[in-house]
Amino acid sequence: MAGGPLSTTAEVLAVRGVGAFSGVTLSVGEVADRHRPGQFLSVADPDPTRLLRRSVQVHRAAGPGVRPGTLELVMDPGDVLADRLAVGDAWPVIGPLGRPFALPKEPVTCLLAGAGAHAAPLLGLADRLAERGCTVHLLLGGADGSRVLPSHDVRRAVRSTTVVTDDGSMGRHGSIASVLGETVERTGAAVVYAGAPTSTLHEVAIAAEAAGAWSQAVLDGEHPCGTGLCHGCPVPVVGEDGVGRTVRGCAEGPVFRGDRVRWHDLTEKGGGR
Amino acid sequence: MTTLPFAAPVVIAAGCGGTGRELAAFDGLAGVGGFVSRSLTLTARSGAPAPRVVAAPSGVLHATGLPNPGPEQFLALELPWLVAHGVVPVASLAAAEPDQWQELVRLVAAAPGLRAIELNLQADGGLMPEGEPRLLAAVVGAARAQLPPGVALLVKLGHDPSRLVTRSRLVVEAGAEAVVLGGGVPALLPDGRPASLVGPAVRSTALRAVAEVHAALPDLPVVAAGGIRTAAEARTFLAAGAAAVQIGSALLADPTTAARVAADLRDGR
Repeated sequence: MAGGPLSTTAEVLAVRGVGAFSGVTLSVGEVADRHRPGQFLSVADPDPTRLLRRSVQVHRAAGPGVRPGTLELVMDPGDVLADRLAVGDAWPVIGPLGRPFALPKEPVTCLLAGAGAHAAPLLGLADRLAERGCTVHLLLGGADGSRVLPSHDVRRAVRSTTVVTDDGSMGRHGSIASVLGETVERTGAAVVYAGAPTSTLHEVAIAAEAAGAWSQAVLDGEHPCGTGLCHGCPVPVVGEDGVGRTVRGCAEGPVFRGDRVRWHDLTEKGGGR
Repeated sequence: MTTLPFAAPVVIAAGCGGTGRELAAFDGLAGVGGFVSRSLTLTARSGAPAPRVVAAPSGVLHATGLPNPGPEQFLALELPWLVAHGVVPVASLAAAEPDQWQELVRLVAAAPGLRAIELNLQADGGLMPEGEPRLLAAVVGAARAQLPPGVALLVKLGHDPSRLVTRSRLVVEAGAEAVVLGGGVPALLPDGRPASLVGPAVRSTALRAVAEVHAALPDLPVVAAGGIRTAAEARTFLAAGAAAVQIGSALLADPTTAARVAADLRDGR
């Protein structure tokens, strides 16, 4: 870790379309240096009568095309936050928050599997894994071609990219979960890193385990405070000791080992989206 | 603040400060007068299903179900950290039955460095069945009997002004040194589960509660909570008779709120 979270005021440098998504560039100073892939940013509501914060996943904090001291975000089409943002706005943020993806100690082959905007944290991870000598394969999915996150900024870090869409308009027909097993086998990946809606992450975790790979999943849930105070983002897990417990998604997550999350409890009772 | 152990009149409210470490990451405990733990129950609780912290107009609905690791982890890992960092620690306790209360108080009463306990008797956010006055008096009396002289007994009673004066008198006669008027007003989540409404939405209700209890029991120290976010708001409560204020939901928006309010009060800002 490169230091704990900072509370600061971000400046919106750019808002632009990235396929169907909104890409946002924030100037955040040292927060960017401290950021590790998988960690998130918590933003205060611009309306001061609203106390709860909102968490946003960070796309990239470093690498080709990213200016030092800035963070790139990707938001879903129609996200109210993206609609409110304008270049030059000042935005109170806290970050980086949560635990990042754990990087392998050895230079192993990794598969990064992401659906829609949930794939955002994986692209920053691709750069970091490649720096460590890992062979990186990307598996990107989306409802249609415009909702597959563009990956050209990390093309140098990536050995192969597989694209799947629900409607078959780009790449193959299917979802990241439906082709995960065969992609793990084809690439020989030892580790799967995943970002997707909770139900898809569950399927990915099962498929990865069946194919003999470790998996880490970044949960994109609501974090009402983001700082571990409110206990509003419960995630049911199984601890290292085999005992079930409920932890805070913001503090103990948002990245979890796929075989540690009690997915059925999470999806039935809420706690993610 | 004769009987209150707080180092300054701004205290972190139960369930809103994590273990203290989460606030310290932002210097959020600087100059704060005390720290109330999340409510501890006799055995660990994982809490209610999500969603359990939900936005409401000018406030927050919470129905956390009191997630906590139980008293052993608090005593082993959390209390020593608070003491080592110079924070006045207060253990919030919650139970349903008199024998559970007694066992819980016994477990924490003699813990080194503990300066007060706060009984979460508030019916809605706590575990107590609604209203039985003799039960309240019995729980408070038994707790006082078990506490060493240097550990203050605070009792948290909620925000409902209609019954606070009666209840305050009752718990003081049973041995409480102060009452905490906080914890929100009864509310309902959109999915139909009971919740408490806290935050600026209840600030005026909380102020009324403080004024009424102070008028009826002017010698009783009153600790006030209810959507306080600024030193000016804290002063309003102190002027209405509060001996100290607790900062709770505002920490979710800004973890430095309590430190800022404490500094502004101290410096007359």
